[in-house]
Amino acid sequence: MTAVPATSDAGHASPRVGLGGVLRIVLPILLLIGTYEYMGPEQFVNALTRGAIYALIALGYTMVYGIIELINFAHGDMFMVGAFVSLSFLSFLGFTGAITDIGLLAVVLLATFVVSMVVMGVIGVLIERFAYKPLRRAPRLAPLITAIGVSFILQNVVQLFYGPYQTNSPKIFPDTWFIEIAGARIPVLSLFIIAVAVGLMIALQLFIGRTRLGRSMRATAADRDAAALMGVNINRTIAITFLIGSALAGAAGVVNGLQYGVATFNDGFQAGLKAFTAAVLGGIGNTVGAALGGFIIGFIEVIAVVAGYGRWGPAIVFGTLVIVLVFRPAGLLGQQLGERA
Amino acid sequence: MSPDVLDNPPILVADQVSRRFGGLVAVNKVDFTIPERSIVSLIGPNGAGKTTFFNVLLGVIDPTAGEVQFRGRRMIARPERIAFESLVWVMPALVVGLLGAGLAAADILSGRLLAIVGFVALMLLVASLLLSIIRPIWYQKQLERFGIFRSARPNDMVAAGVGRTFQNIRLFQNMTAVENILVGQHTQLKGSLVSALFNTPGAKREEYNAERRAEELLKLVSLQGKGNEAARNLPYGDQRRLEIARALAANPKLLLLDEPAAGMNPKETQDLVALISKLRNDLGLTILLIEHDMKLVMGISDRITVLDHGEKIAEGTPEEVRRDPKVIEAYLGAPAA
Amino acid sequence: MSVVSDLPAKRRGPSLSDRRARLNELSSRHRSWSILVGMAIVGAVLPLIVQFPPFTLAQAPNAWIDGFTNAGVFVLLALGLNLVVGVAGLLDLGYAAFFAIGAYTYAYVASPFGNSILGIDILNALGGPNNAGIIFWPMLLVGAGVAALFGVLLGAPTLRLRGDYLAIVTLGFGEIVPLVFLNSDRITNGTNGIGGLARPALPILGGFSGIDPWPYYLTALALVTVVMMFCYRLIESRIGRAWEAIREDELAAAANGINTVVAKLLAFALGASTAGIAGVFNASKLVTVSPDQFGFVVSFTILAMVVLGGMGNFWGVAVGAFVIYTINNVLLKTLNQFFDSAGIPILRDVDFIQLQFLLYGLALVAMMLLRPEGLFPNSRRRRELHTAITESEQDELGSVAGTTEEDLPQ
Repeated sequence: MTAVPATSDAGHASPRVGLGGVLRIVLPILLLIGTYEYMGPEQFVNALTRGAIYALIALGYTMVYGIIELINFAHGDMFMVGAFVSLSFLSFLGFTGAITDIGLLAVVLLATFVVSMVVMGVIGVLIERFAYKPLRRAPRLAPLITAIGVSFILQNVVQLFYGPYQTNSPKIFPDTWFIEIAGARIPVLSLFIIAVAVGLMIALQLFIGRTRLGRSMRATAADRDAAALMGVNINRTIAITFLIGSALAGAAGVVNGLQYGVATFNDGFQAGLKAFTAAVLGGIGNTVGAALGGFIIGFIEVIAVVAGYGRWGPAIVFGTLVIVLVFRPAGLLGQQLGERA
Repeated sequence: MSPDVLDNPPILVADQVSRRFGGLVAVNKVDFTIPERSIVSLIGPNGAGKTTFFNVLLGVIDPTAGEVQFRGRRMIARPERIAFESLVWVMPALVVGLLGAGLAAADILSGRLLAIVGFVALMLLVASLLLSIIRPIWYQKQLERFGIFRSARPNDMVAAGVGRTFQNIRLFQNMTAVENILVGQHTQLKGSLVSALFNTPGAKREEYNAERRAEELLKLVSLQGKGNEAARNLPYGDQRRLEIARALAANPKLLLLDEPAAGMNPKETQDLVALISKLRNDLGLTILLIEHDMKLVMGISDRITVLDHGEKIAEGTPEEVRRDPKVIEAYLGAPAA
Repeated sequence: MSVVSDLPAKRRGPSLSDRRARLNELSSRHRSWSILVGMAIVGAVLPLIVQFPPFTLAQAPNAWIDGFTNAGVFVLLALGLNLVVGVAGLLDLGYAAFFAIGAYTYAYVASPFGNSILGIDILNALGGPNNAGIIFWPMLLVGAGVAALFGVLLGAPTLRLRGDYLAIVTLGFGEIVPLVFLNSDRITNGTNGIGGLARPALPILGGFSGIDPWPYYLTALALVTVVMMFCYRLIESRIGRAWEAIREDELAAAANGINTVVAKLLAFALGASTAGIAGVFNASKLVTVSPDQFGFVVSFTILAMVVLGGMGNFWGVAVGAFVIYTINNVLLKTLNQFFDSAGIPILRDVDFIQLQFLLYGLALVAMMLLRPEGLFPNSRRRRELHTAITESEQDELGSVAGTTEEDLPQ
């Protein structure tokens, strides 16, 4: 391969503004407006909230896949463990219900996020170090099977401590706070969750785009061997990827607890599957795509509920996954260079 | 090595083949023909697009423009209207299925009828999926009537009669030498699922003959007696020759060798030259070489094509190419040999 | 090793390995016979030894035989999954879905509820629920066929993509199939499932009964034997070689004329059909099917059996499945009862059955890290998995030399 400027058909390189281009912008906007009209503002915000949680989980999938091409099946369970870490921390502090003092609430929330994200980040790095790193050059099947094993270990360790039933997670964020937007009562909690998720995503984008470590992550994802030759510390970069991905799953666990107030040892399975679908939908390896995919999955689920097919939610999400894989395997934002069999 | 083999009819024709990767043009409008029973070579400095071109010829990657014909048939080109293919076969299943679902929702269909509609839709869907994967010849012909064209896959090229070896040896390392050649015979064997499950006399006979043929091929590349060695335990030169034997097992008409002398010592290279000549003279094969070893290329080729920056910069007999100033420049004034 | 100790070994070596090679050749030439004889011996010995202590202490001989039959179902499942995971190298995480499809296929044909949904009264056409069991035998093939059909439906779109997508799609599929059986309550009876399935029957000998474990035991034995024989014949054929080639190097396999998608699809469909057979048999034994029999833990258990038994080795996988099933359902239960009645403080409170999945998880990770070839390895697979590990220990830069344009994503 050589770097010859494309002379013959350079027209393809510059974006053409045709019917397709216009549709690409207009269609999503129309879809969004239609969805809003269909669901009403409350459900619209609800979909965004769910989507934010999926997006946070999907980021971990997509980062790990981007860098070591491993579907980290244990990642959904990391989200679940994060939820348990946060509920244990809150119970340990002695909070059981809503905190109405804004100052105290802010401090406790901040502490919970920090604890959950740090604990999960460390667990993620440890898992990578002991379970995945030794298998980095092994046949593809080996780390996949290991990941499944880790997923089961996490689930069953949690089950051992908390039992097989739902555990209550303190809803410290008052769910009686609402604000009126366009005549609809929107829970402040939802807005908080969306804000946290979007804030973390922006921070992640800045980290990947602007810092030295972020650059080595991109380099490693593009070509690990070349990056190593250029002096990137591969082991450290991969560890940091796991650290960030797992910390985001920890944050997702915290907001999930705040929103739903319960956690079960097998929560991570379904959430992981949906978040993975989100990552594929957005284009695996692409962090912006994962975020977008997460919100889309959130909307698909809530639309299903509004339409009265709530219990078919997982099936609809799975159908989405298969359809995306068949017709656009590289996802919405990925480069369409699907691997040929 | 008489020049008149170059007047033979072409076995492979590449017409204006281009391949871009994003903004990179790895191969740019290359015309290339290979006359039957000739030995032609493709050379060029590192990164000249040789391997990309080679991979296009083999169906490993699709060209972005141009086409490749093999033995008069268009095999490789930019895919055309492949999106329509799914319509041709999936539509009936979708129509039946949606019709059934709609009628069921309206409570017109129930019980047995619903089951039948569902079953028919399912069968159509499965049939269409299987067709689009197995792609029997009659199916492809039907598709071509609709103007749908899909480029040949590597396995299609092997079935059509193109064999290859890899630049970095890609034997099945954990299989024995004989097993490697048995895999190479895949397209030549007819064993089906049924014959394998019931171990029919035909299947037994075929397996027996395949093993004899594997031994013959081992002998041809001077590896007799090493059939039961695991491929990974063979010395480097033996592995190279085993890979050629494996490619020969599919009875190719055209053999594509990707840097066959890479990593060989002079003695091994000499043996390789003898083997390549033998393949052409005794078996009547046509051979395309991609090489770095100039000595090998100059000594054996009927014609040499030089690629640089994805474009063909020279073509001719070894003598002509050696004297071509553009070639000398491409190799930074240091032509080998 | 010292030269002295090498000497006698060298002198004895050739004749020993020679003899072993001859033995290997003999057993592979008469593979079907050796499987038949082996299974006959196993089938005869198992019921015999459980007539004596210590086995009788845990449960009655008939309960043992019934347990062996259930273990046989898992052996079938493990053999089928081994074809997919061990031989062709495709990770199928929703294998229980095909098990479910086989079971429900039988349920629709062999139960009053199922017949009313189909609108065809098969049971009465065959002479009432007690005689209709004869349909069990052809249903084994039908169940296999239907499961294979779904295997193709699922595999065809996904097997063209890179390998790990298959893992996640099958994971989703395994989750969705029970959900569909659960939610479509009008035609599947939802949570309660379909009951009252006809038990198998033979023309002269009559129907199987729920009390006598022997007919089911012998049927399971026969099914395992036939499937094992087919598996060995397959992997020693052109098709099996293609699977192994794909597992080792997909690009090289394609460059040898193998249509990799077709070959993978075939492995996937055959694996699914084996699960379908197991599903039909299991449904006919339980006489009822319900969505909760086919959760992810079933897929996971079968995967653990294959990995622990030794991917690629059918005998190893069969033994692995048998041992794991027996440990689960006899040993752990017995331990629970024992500690309960003995009243030992901490152990009394531990639910060993609940612990099993934690143990599986640990075992999977430990196996992949320490002994990826499984407890009963296939020799080729061992070579493959072990080089990979040693290569990973090498300097990371060392492998750059092997990377060429061919390795680039296309």
